[in-house]
Amino acid sequence: MVTPLKTASLASQEHLQIAHFRNPLVGLRVAITGGTSGLGLALVRELLARGSRVAFVARGRNRVEQIARESDRAHGIVGDISVQDEIYPIAVQITGELGGLDVLVNNASDLGPTPLALLADTACEDLERALATNVLGPFRLTKALLGALAASAREGRGAVVLNISSDAALNPYARWGAYGASKAALHHMTRIWEEESAAEGVHFLSLDPGDMDTPLHALAAPDSDPTTLRRPEVAARELIDAIGATLPRRPEYERGAKQRLVGGEIL
Amino acid sequence: MMAASEAVQRPPHARLMVVDATGWISDQPRSAFVTFLRRGDLVVANDAATLPASLPGVHLPSGSPIEVRLAGRGSLSPDDVRDFSAIIFGTGDFRTPTEDRPMPPPLSPGDKLALGPLSATVRRVLDHPRLVSLDFEGASDAIWAGIARHGRPIQYAHVPAPLALWDVWTPIAGPPVAFEPPSAGFALDWQVLAKMRSRGADFATITHAAGISSTGDPELDLRLPFDEPYRIPNPTAVAIREAKARGGRIVAIGTTVVRALEHAAACGQVYAGEGVATERIGAGSRLRVVDAILSGTHEPGTSHYELLRAFLDDSVLRRVTAELEAHRYRTHEFGDSVLVTRFPTRLPREEKIWQTPELAIGKPLFA
Repeated sequence: MVTPLKTASLASQEHLQIAHFRNPLVGLRVAITGGTSGLGLALVRELLARGSRVAFVARGRNRVEQIARESDRAHGIVGDISVQDEIYPIAVQITGELGGLDVLVNNASDLGPTPLALLADTACEDLERALATNVLGPFRLTKALLGALAASAREGRGAVVLNISSDAALNPYARWGAYGASKAALHHMTRIWEEESAAEGVHFLSLDPGDMDTPLHALAAPDSDPTTLRRPEVAARELIDAIGATLPRRPEYERGAKQRLVGGEIL
Repeated sequence: MMAASEAVQRPPHARLMVVDATGWISDQPRSAFVTFLRRGDLVVANDAATLPASLPGVHLPSGSPIEVRLAGRGSLSPDDVRDFSAIIFGTGDFRTPTEDRPMPPPLSPGDKLALGPLSATVRRVLDHPRLVSLDFEGASDAIWAGIARHGRPIQYAHVPAPLALWDVWTPIAGPPVAFEPPSAGFALDWQVLAKMRSRGADFATITHAAGISSTGDPELDLRLPFDEPYRIPNPTAVAIREAKARGGRIVAIGTTVVRALEHAAACGQVYAGEGVATERIGAGSRLRVVDAILSGTHEPGTSHYELLRAFLDDSVLRRVTAELEAHRYRTHEFGDSVLVTRFPTRLPREEKIWQTPELAIGKPLFA
């Protein structure tokens, strides 16, 4: 496992490269959907703090622009991954702005009907929207970006697709039908993709971050006590550690760091 | 040959004309491509994704509608998106064959162009009234967003249905730096890559900013391809050296791969890094790296056809053209393919370092 950085948010990128030359997240090119709230925002901020370059996607222009201003390594993209025609414009911006892609996090999720409803009371349109956001969107975006991810794997940088799952993908919770069924589909798709693309060096993870104090959870369970829920920042750190553990060590940064140390700039 | 008019990258009936180093020609299904690879071969493809390089808009000084086709930029750097060279057309759209498209209004340095969310200024009119260099305004992320959302892939009059980006991105497409698709790569999908591996052939990629295939102007077309930046990753350069050392062949997927690798090998070996391919490859070129090419079918007079003359004697190439006609091969981006092996007589004479034992005259290269 990768040790979390202690002073990452204070350190400059230059310092990160030298002080943490085994940190596989420095300079990593990451795309995150649903990056302006909840877990997605926590992932964006944690990755920026650990030295990654992050392209994040969300629907609201104002929030996207606001969060993009937090770092010059943050690239904000306005788009809706549930809409077929928006996938390629999003993919052009991700790979164009980052110059390639090492990690894709399919985080954007739709709860289905809110308030949650019995399946028998669920409108077809609500199920369709959940499937479009939680299954078709990640499928289309992953497919559009798989060439960039495989190129990264061939170059020894590693490549990971993390799909955010849920315990509702495995357990039949009443009133979570649209969400649970769509997350179950995503979970299984992730496992099949992992089987199929191991030869290309692209690894697929399906991870459950647990019940968190996020806007999505507040929509699903408005009466729950937020103090009993996990903080998204904690879940984000664990997920990023899991990505880091899947990536190869980064010899180019080690080499760079050693050269600098020998050159005496830092000692 | 007839133009392939449907945007299907891998139709089940696609053909492959195989030309080996003895001049033996055979008509095959394209699905048989991998069976012509041998253990130790290295297949190199261009992983460039295609930009939505066609930007409709208005030439503000005259108020005339125009279409800007982005045609080149100086490097592949993600931040280097302010300056492009571009071809500008007057009114009309892709349903008009490119060569019949009207000229743009007279263009002068300083002219402002409104291209949807993008604003650009004509910096210079290059040595042709259609060819300009443009400056886009704004930060690089805003320019990427503007191109991504407003642009459409360059269209073809021979493909009646409008092309979307998913029609022109190869399955392996990565960075969006090509202006038209590196369409030889349409033949590849993930299943084909898996089959290559199971035959013991390696796969590697370069990124090459494939330029536009036609400007609609015979004078400008003569200057194609324009300068194209490329990048060769270190593992690809290493894989090429290793394949050469073990006697494997380098099989290029498309003309852009030939152009990049041969430019990079001007000093004898392929090294990793970025460069700008400037040369035109033709009958007089000596190929130092590439042993075979999988390419679309090309008609005499095109720059792609000229490039094949570096692989084959003209007499054989004329026979290939006749066979393509006889077997009713389809041409252009979504058409059929040829797999051509470099003739032994086309080997570099002085530099024998990469000459492999298999490349003896009279022995079929693909077995």
